[in-house]
This record gives sequence, structure tokens and C-alpha cells, in this order.
Amino acid sequence: MSNSNFYDDAPVEAPGKTFLDSTEMVLNMGPQHPSTHGVLRVILKLDGEKVLGTECVIGYLHRGVEKIAENRTYAQFNPYVDRMDYVAAVSNGLGYCGAVEKLISAEVPKRAEYLRVILTELNRLASHQVWLGTHALDIGAITPLFYTFREREEILKIFEKYCGARLTTHAFRIGGCQYDAYEGFDREVLAFCDAQDPRLDEYEELLTTNRIWVERTKGVGILSAEDAIALGVTGPVLRGSGVRWDLRKAQPYCSYKDFDFEIPIGLTGDTFDRYVVRIQEMRQSLRIIRQAVAGLPEGPIMAKVPKVLKPPVGEVYHSIEAPKGELGYYIVSDGSTQPYRVRVRPPSFVNLQALDVMVRGRLVADVVAVIGTLDIVLGEVDR
Amino acid sequence: MRPFLDYLHSSVTPGEYGSYLWAVIYILIIFAVASVAVMLMTWLERKILAHMQVRLGPMRVGPHGLLQPIADALKLLTKEDILPDEADKVVFWFAPVWVMMIAFLNYVVLPFGRTHAVTDMNIGILFVLGVSSLSVLGVIMAGWSSNSHYPLMGALRSSAQMVSYEVAMGLAIVSAVLMTSLNSTGTGTLSMIGIVEAQKAAGRWYIFSMFPLGLIAFLIFAIAMIAETNRAPFDLPEAESELVAGFHTEYSGFRWSLFFLAEYAAMIGISSVAVTLWLGGYLRPFPNLLSGHSWDLAFSLFPGLIFAGMALMCLIGAARMPKIPQMKVQTIGLWLFGGVIALIAVVLFLPGVRERVQDIFWFAAKVAAFMYLYIWYRGTFPRYRFDQLMKLGWKVLLPVSLAVLILTALVGIRQDLSTVLMGVLR
Repeated sequence: MSNSNFYDDAPVEAPGKTFLDSTEMVLNMGPQHPSTHGVLRVILKLDGEKVLGTECVIGYLHRGVEKIAENRTYAQFNPYVDRMDYVAAVSNGLGYCGAVEKLISAEVPKRAEYLRVILTELNRLASHQVWLGTHALDIGAITPLFYTFREREEILKIFEKYCGARLTTHAFRIGGCQYDAYEGFDREVLAFCDAQDPRLDEYEELLTTNRIWVERTKGVGILSAEDAIALGVTGPVLRGSGVRWDLRKAQPYCSYKDFDFEIPIGLTGDTFDRYVVRIQEMRQSLRIIRQAVAGLPEGPIMAKVPKVLKPPVGEVYHSIEAPKGELGYYIVSDGSTQPYRVRVRPPSFVNLQALDVMVRGRLVADVVAVIGTLDIVLGEVDR
Repeated sequence: MRPFLDYLHSSVTPGEYGSYLWAVIYILIIFAVASVAVMLMTWLERKILAHMQVRLGPMRVGPHGLLQPIADALKLLTKEDILPDEADKVVFWFAPVWVMMIAFLNYVVLPFGRTHAVTDMNIGILFVLGVSSLSVLGVIMAGWSSNSHYPLMGALRSSAQMVSYEVAMGLAIVSAVLMTSLNSTGTGTLSMIGIVEAQKAAGRWYIFSMFPLGLIAFLIFAIAMIAETNRAPFDLPEAESELVAGFHTEYSGFRWSLFFLAEYAAMIGISSVAVTLWLGGYLRPFPNLLSGHSWDLAFSLFPGLIFAGMALMCLIGAARMPKIPQMKVQTIGLWLFGGVIALIAVVLFLPGVRERVQDIFWFAAKVAAFMYLYIWYRGTFPRYRFDQLMKLGWKVLLPVSLAVLILTALVGIRQDLSTVLMGVLR
């Protein structure tokens, strides 16, 4: 074996045991733990510091969102989806509204779509900023957290001005947007974009060339492209493994084909690559926002949608590229005002599957780094 | 026994003077001052870290949160004292006491000034090395007796880390001690005061001598001492994001605060060792170059001037406080604080005081620079992983420190030889 890993030649269990023989330690990490990002519980089987296996226990934040949907009308359920991935609430709303619009074949006006793109990309920035801050904190760099939250605050202020809420925004309505852009919206968004570029450089200055950061992330939690595809991993985690797959390009929705942007991909699929991919994605998001603000068309912001929604009998699957990956909504309609079944395909839940593959045989510190790089939100994992 | 007050006219440490009473007084003063310094350090750390992270830090308790450490201490003392059921009670009880004892034991030999040390042990630096390696015992005791997984892992990491970095640290220290022997008599010293005096005699701090050997040895020590005190980026034993709180996860209230106090005391202690060995200890800047009565006077006014400046800052700040009823207490507090500092400044200007105190001032200033570095590292660096830490310790620091030691010895021999040859030729 290479001498890159300190623990490569750890002793294996001998058949004849004495009291001197070491045994594996089972460490229960979470649900209360500073870096399991909420209430994830990971049971680790350890040999010293080496991870022999992991088991994720989820469900501590289960609120039965999908079941609630069956007892709400289509419009009533809209605010609930914000509570799943609460750091990217706008994206949740975009996915749900898109799915219902597909079900009732509503044509969303261009202006509403552009507004949606601006807000969703702002939200992607906010979500990635939360990821960067907490990921860096997990690896031990405490300062980036405050920088990223400073910028996130600006985004939340824009949200607050737009729809009155900061976190669970309920920004979109089925058929378009309820609110038009407020006075000075474009100016504020552009000002934010201009301020954000140097700030991104600032983050990179703190981390990208930092030797300890590079050592802690390069070669850690490697996920090959085949593994990533086999596990159904999506989003930056998949792109970090070198697969150029982004639903905004692959299956353009919500006018994304109007915008010119690139899909950053990684090479090796390690934690550093995923970090770079997300940083680049933030830059691309800024690009999209600038284009959308510049090309924001005039016109209505709401399609003609009946007050009481009664979609035809049928089923629909609509997925979007949420900050964390493919966020899909599968809705079955029985023709009544309430959905028969709503099934959410949350990116975090699927991405979490990759944890075991990524950390097996590595060290405890890497588990924390990998949980951070997967960028999970437990509200979405448990629903 | 010599009269009690006669000691004040001597210019040696209480230990050398042979007065146990004065030694006890010194110990009490050092303990009190170190404890206050630790409290201030916690406040400074929170404040400086906060300013690095674009926030204000403690602002509520007292002007600019100055009384925050007292509030924290009160809160910790009044907390419930939890002894886990499954813990080994005696060891659990003893671990923080041990860590605390060891952290303060170092202070016995630290020279804060030519006369300001409890005693001038002739094996001072050896004593420091021996004592500081004992603190790992307390950490292991704490981790093991907690009977819990996270503390155990924290303790294991800690013991591995402290033991491995001590080697490089010791070698770096040896190369500094070696430099003390480069004089006309050729005899070195292990005494802390002796080392400082040797730097004075050599005319330069050891960080600058045999450039770059002294500097490299100093850097090795500076890295190892951070690992030794378990601070970022080597804070694996208490890595919050991995091991919750490491070896003191199960501790709370007063016991936890003992660990906390010990950590900061150890930081100050080990920084003092670095200052003594490489940065000229209590020597004022340029003691040989800028010598003479007027320079002595100018440098001895420094502490008073610094305090006067701080007092001025406080008073100006108090005058500029918003004149609203809510800020009244804060404003009065800031006036009082400024007043106290002004009073200290006045005392520091007194002729009898200023000569005796300026040693301590220069020493404290150098240590404070290290403290700032500690905080700066914490705000800047991510944490090393365990294997990387070991790799750095054994594969980088150890060989480099060995090489520095050998080179220092070789250069020393060459200098000796040349002096001998010069003598022969002459």
C-alpha cells in the first residue's frame, strides 16, 4: 500500500482473542453533534480513528410533509415545501410550482420566469454560502462562516423586501409570482452581484490556497463518476466527480435556456473538487442573475389560473436543479382539489447515500468533512 | 534570618536570596496576575476574533464587554457540578486539578525580570520541559475517567500529539541552549535567567544568531508549542466539530473552567519560554546598542507612556459615549476604567518603580505578541487531521530540528576552533 495513509497497516482482528486484543469501537455521532448539520445520526464503527463502516440513522426531523400534502389543496401546500430545504426555500417553491403548473398546463409569463430565475439563483448563492461557512467550520476554519453569513444577509434582505419573509419565503405562486419586483429591485440585485465577486475572491483567499485546507480536502471522500451515477447522486456532488449534468442545461426549465452560463465540473471527485465546483457555481449564478436582471421583460407576472385548482386526473414529475442537486416533485392527481399523492425526490436524501462509500477506510475527521461536502439539510432528508 | 525588607534592595530572585517568605509572596502574586491575565486573554480572544470575523464580540457586560470574563466566571461557578455516574470519580476529580497544577508549575522558573522570578533554577529549562510533558497525564486521566467515547478519543489524540511534538520542541530548545555556550569560557547554562543574560552578553537575541539557524529553531518551537497547548490549528484533542469537546466533553461548571484556565495559563507559560529562549526574555530592545543613562531613562518611561495612552483612549472613548440614559452605567464604567489605568500609569512613572517594572513590561509585551498570534492562527487556519499532524511532527519538524541542532553544534565548533587557532597563531 502507499504510505499516504497513516493507518493503512492497521492490525486486523486475530482469531484467538485475549484481553489485550483491541476491539472495534462503535461511536454514536449525533443526533446532537456540532457538525452533523442538524439531527443526522451516524453510527461509526471505528478501529482507532479509522472508519470501518457507517450507518446513517435518519428521521429525527420527520414531519410527514408528503402526507400533509394529501390533506391540503394545491395552493395550500405551497408554503409547506419551503420547510424542507429551509436554506434554499425558493428552489423548493420553484420545483413545486413548476410541477403543479405542468399538471394544469399553465403557461407562466416570461417576466415571472425571469423573476423566478433571479430569486432562485440568489437562493442558490445563499445556500452555497451556508454550505461554505459550515463546511469550513467543520474542518476547523471558523472565520469564513461569518463572512458568508454576512453576504447571505444581503440576499435575505432582498428576499424580505420582495416578499416579506427571509427564510421560508413562499416567493412563488402556482402560475407565476404574486409580487412584482419592488422599486429598485434590479438596482439592489446588481449592487449585490458587484459586491459579491470580490467577496468570493476573499473566501478563496482564505481557503483555496490554504495548505491545511488543501490537505484536508484533496483526496478526501473520493467519489468516482461511476459510483456517483450508480448511487443516484446529483448536483454539485455529481459534477464534482466529473459528470457534466445540470438540469438547467440538460432539461431547461423556467427560461434557463435564455441564459449563457457554464457547468463547472471537477476531475477526481474529492472534497476539494466539490468545493471548487460550488465556488464556481456561485460565480456562474452571479452571471445568470446579471443576465436575467438585464433582460427582465415587461408584462404580466401571473398566468390565468383558476382560484380553485382542480387539475385533471393524471400524474406528473417535474424536477429542477436545486442548489443541492435534483429536486423532483412527483404529483398524482385524482381530479380533486387536493393531490392524491405527492412524492418529493430530495437531493440531500439521495446524496447522503454516498456517505458510506466516501468515508469507509478513512479517518473520523474525514467523516465530518464529507458530511459537510455532501451539503445535506436534514429538513429535506427526513421531510 | 535577614530582615524581611532587605530583600528589596538586593538584585536577585527570592530563591537566590534564600527568603522563603518572599518566594511565597512572589508565587501568590504570579498566581493572581496569571489568573487575571487568563481572564483578560479570554476577553481579548473573543474580542480580537470577533473583529477578525466582522462582528463586535462581547459588548454588554461592562464597557466593550470588559467585565465579560467576570460574568463568565460567575456563571461557571454557579453551574451544577456534574459527576457522571459511570465516571471513575477520583480520577475524574483529580484530572482538572492536575492539569491546572502543571500549567502553573512552569511559572516557578519563568523570569519576568532580572529579579522577578520565584527562583533561578540552574536547570530551569529542563524543569520546564519536564513539567510541561506531565500535563498530558491530566488530559489522559480526564479522557479515560469520563468513561465516554469522545473524551477517550480526545485523550488518545492529545497524548499522541503532545508526545510527538515534545521531541522536536526539546531539540529546538537544545539548540538554543547550545548557543549559550558560545562565549569565551565555553560553558553554557540551563538557567532561564542565565539564558537571557547570555543573549545580552552575545549582543543579540537567539532568534537572530547564526542566521538562519536560530530563526528555524525558533519557528520549530513556535509550531510545536501550539501543538503542545492544543490550540488551533492543532486543536484536535478538543476538535469541536469532530469530538464535541474532546477530553473535557463530560466536564462542566467549575471543573471545566479549571481546564480552561489551565489551557490559557499553559499558553502564556509556553510563550514565556519562547520569549526567554529566543526573544531576549525581559531585555529591553537594544540593551547594548542604545545603552547609557539617557537611553535607560527613555526606555523606562515606556510602560508608563503606554498605560497613559490607554487611559487617554478610555477617557476619550468615555467622553464620546452617546449621552443617553441607557448608556449611563457604561459611560461611568469607562470613566472609572480609564481612571484606574491612568492611576497605574502614574505609578509606573514613579522613579523607584519604573526601573524595576520595565523588565516585566518588556517581557509581557513580547508574550502578548505571542498571544495575539495564537488568536490570529485560530481565526485563520482550518484544523489539521490527525495523520497529517503526526506527519508534520515526525517527518518535518523532527528532522529539521535535528539538522538545526547538528548545524548549530558544527558552527559552534568552528567558531571555537577558529578562536583556538587564532590563539595558537598569535
